[in-house]
Amino acid sequence: MKDTLTEGRGTAADTAKIAVRGLQVHYGDTHAVRDVDVDIPDRAVTALIGPSGCGKSTFLRCLNRMNDTIPAARVTGEIRIDGEDIHDARVDPVQLRAKVGMVFQKPNPFPKSIRDNVAYGPKIHGLTRKRSELDEVVEKSLRRAALWDEVKNRLDAPGTGLSGGQQQRLCIARAIATSPEILLMDEPCSSLDPIATAQIEELIDELRSRFAVVIVTHSMQQAARVSQRTAFFHLGRMVEYGDTGKLFTNPADPRTESYITGRIG
Amino acid sequence: MTATSTLLTLLVIAASGFVLARARALACAGGDSRALHSLPGHYGWASVLLTLGPALALFALLKIAAPPTPAGTLAVLALALAALAWSLRRTRPNFRARQTVERGVLALLMLAACVAIATTAGIVLSMLFETRNFFAQYDWREFFLSTTWAPRFQGDSDLGILPLLWGTLYISLIALVFAVPVGLFAAIYMAEYAGGRFRAIVKPAIEVLAGIPTIVYGLFALITVGPLLRDYFAQPLGLGTSGASVMTAGLVMGVMLIPFVSSLSDDIIAQVPQSLRDGSLGLGATRSETIRQVVLPAALPGIVGAVLLAASRAIGETMIVVLGAGAAAKLGLNPFEAMTTITVKIVSQLTGESDFAAPETLVAFALGLTLFAITLSLNVLALAIVRKYREQYE
Repeated sequence: MKDTLTEGRGTAADTAKIAVRGLQVHYGDTHAVRDVDVDIPDRAVTALIGPSGCGKSTFLRCLNRMNDTIPAARVTGEIRIDGEDIHDARVDPVQLRAKVGMVFQKPNPFPKSIRDNVAYGPKIHGLTRKRSELDEVVEKSLRRAALWDEVKNRLDAPGTGLSGGQQQRLCIARAIATSPEILLMDEPCSSLDPIATAQIEELIDELRSRFAVVIVTHSMQQAARVSQRTAFFHLGRMVEYGDTGKLFTNPADPRTESYITGRIG
Repeated sequence: MTATSTLLTLLVIAASGFVLARARALACAGGDSRALHSLPGHYGWASVLLTLGPALALFALLKIAAPPTPAGTLAVLALALAALAWSLRRTRPNFRARQTVERGVLALLMLAACVAIATTAGIVLSMLFETRNFFAQYDWREFFLSTTWAPRFQGDSDLGILPLLWGTLYISLIALVFAVPVGLFAAIYMAEYAGGRFRAIVKPAIEVLAGIPTIVYGLFALITVGPLLRDYFAQPLGLGTSGASVMTAGLVMGVMLIPFVSSLSDDIIAQVPQSLRDGSLGLGATRSETIRQVVLPAALPGIVGAVLLAASRAIGETMIVVLGAGAAAKLGLNPFEAMTTITVKIVSQLTGESDFAAPETLVAFALGLTLFAITLSLNVLALAIVRKYREQYE
């Protein structure tokens, strides 16, 4: 991995997929995210950790402008993906979200068949013209999400009938079927058992060969296992950002140390 | 002694039973309620139940079996007093009063639930008997298959249900074709797009529609919609000169049904989990794509239920039809012609001087039972659809 990022606040780097400067988010009277500057690298997993309510999920939802759907949310500051400001008037949030996929905390398969769940994105974006192409995309996405072997004989069964871990992998397959460049994951394993969690983590590790993955997690072990870079959020601020190994073994900020040793959070 | 004063006396006895049993329980325990099996109040309520239950049962039995006599009243009061004495004797610290009260509550709830079933059964039975009388005098094949409805009070009537059934279904269909899209779109707008302030005004406004008496809708059909349709559609198109028409009744009924469809659908759409919408929006779907492909399919069972409920209402509606569509039993396709429905004919067969032995009157019960069968099967169908899709979607 090309890593020209320095420790502490993320600073300019040529390889940054996402560059965030001076980001502020308000929910009504609550100042949820304050002054966040960060550069997120391509083809790597970046973990966001921090105690509940620290703003990490809110920050994540800024990256595909999902906060637009919440009337009370107000986002200011600059977020550039591949150098283009996503708040620019020319950027359509609908197109942006096709490029920046998202996987949510609770598996949320649509009330449709497994096939239609995965085909949903490609269909609405008109990515495929023929049924055979669509089937190909479905198969490829399910294979990448390590779910194909379990569901290949029942693609027409409802997606809601799968187990929790399978549902979450289905949601990942659904997200990658639109061929995004960035994958956002908001605590994707928080409702899963340890075996399903291990499968998803293995999957995340494979996904980083193609996507920039940004994952919010409550589990520091998970952050340490799957990510190359970690950002620690506390009270709406990004306290520390750096190489995962470094952050967990030799944190620069005393608050980070307190959190990873279990004294706050 | 009148029935009212008997009941009042019973209540007084029961109330004193509550006070006495509660005091006795506390006295037995030496004033320390922790020594009792149940709370002191439970002993009181147990006594009330034991006193009132048998006495009321006897009271009801005597009421049905024989005209009220002083002896009967005395027997009821004596039974209540005896039960009171017995319940007080049973009030000891180890008496399981709480279980008695719980069983009493259970019985009360079961009784309430049975009222609905008993009423339905009563309605069906009374209709069945009269319908049997009707079919004893009139051939059932004539009734179900004849295409003429021409009752004559001298006898020798043609009482075919088909023209009435056709009118009922035709008017209901027009009403639903109008009400379902309008109601559903209104619901989608209110649940997915409307801001809080708009919703706060429009939702109650739509529900006001549901509160308008149907006779008022009928007047609206008679004096406004009917002439309007006649002057601007029927006559210029050469389709008829009648103000009363299937279209008039259907459209006005459709307006009446809007709140049924929209209010229920709105609640159901609002119940679709936000996570599904987020999932779809997160994939780059627009709001309308999300609604069409994710929210509506998830809400479909409830929406189908709402539509079938509206259909039941449409089929049973009378007043709008009398004033909007007229009373002429006819089989026809022209929606600007007057037609009529089963409910209207039930009313007209039973009003005036009715002889309850003539088939012309008894036919009303056969019509009513048919109507009941239709709405019942619609409701069963609605339940079946809801269940089927629920399995698939949750």
